[in-house]
Amino acid sequence: MTSALKNMIYNCKQATFLIEKRIAGKITAAETLLLHVHLAGCSVCRTYQQQSMLINKVFISFENNDFKLDEAFKKTLIEKIEKEIIKN
Amino acid sequence: MQNETDKEYAVKSLHSAPLSWVDKYADYLYGFAMLRLRNEDVAKDLVQDTFLAGLQRLDRFEGNSEEKTWLTAILKNKIADFYRKRSTSTLKDLNVTDAEHEQQDFFDAESGHWNEKHRPQAFGLEVDNPLMMKELGSILNECLAKLPGLWFSVFSMKHMDDLTSELICTELKLTAANFWVIMHRTKLNLRACLQKNWN
Repeated sequence: MTSALKNMIYNCKQATFLIEKRIAGKITAAETLLLHVHLAGCSVCRTYQQQSMLINKVFISFENNDFKLDEAFKKTLIEKIEKEIIKN
Repeated sequence: MQNETDKEYAVKSLHSAPLSWVDKYADYLYGFAMLRLRNEDVAKDLVQDTFLAGLQRLDRFEGNSEEKTWLTAILKNKIADFYRKRSTSTLKDLNVTDAEHEQQDFFDAESGHWNEKHRPQAFGLEVDNPLMMKELGSILNECLAKLPGLWFSVFSMKHMDDLTSELICTELKLTAANFWVIMHRTKLNLRACLQKNWN
């Protein structure tokens, strides 16, 4: 194996970049192979990949009603709308 | 006198709905905005702007869509405007080499291997434990709020609104290379933040 190829295969920065690109878009066949070989030998990046996908899963599971407006702000909103209606 | 009553009547019938907007839609719209901004002040401002813009355009609301859908569409545009403005102002200062440089902290500059202190470790998480997942969710929320604004826009447009990377690049005036650097950095930072604050 050439050392250039070795460097590519054993590069965690590159591997995590490809993991992200694969999750959110697509990667080439050569990149898929490279990543496959890397992950087979790198448990740290396998952990990274698992956690990266978990983060996406948790992120998309947030819902509108996880966030609530405080009553004081709602009151000022109503007042502003009333004022605007009177103005027009 | 007659005119006056007519006018009053018109105002009343036209505006009977807006007075109930806050009760009916404020929480929903705020949640919608918070999911895409993670910034309370900006979310509140945009919800207020949405209601005021809705009032201005009441005559153009033809009742073809639900009021809620109509207001949400106005809010969506306001969020997109906010993203665009934030991107333009950030990009002026954003230097991609800086971005790359910062990232090297996670990895050895020569070999690209993980640096010891940034190496991912198992969270020791039971994914089928709802309480644990809820806890993880609230930590993730704090981590998301700490992200630079532009990164969060990119991440949210991709994963919350499911937009293509091409569209996001056009909207935010990013190159494809820039886009992927941001996606990578965002995830590295979120993951590191979770690891730091979990347990």
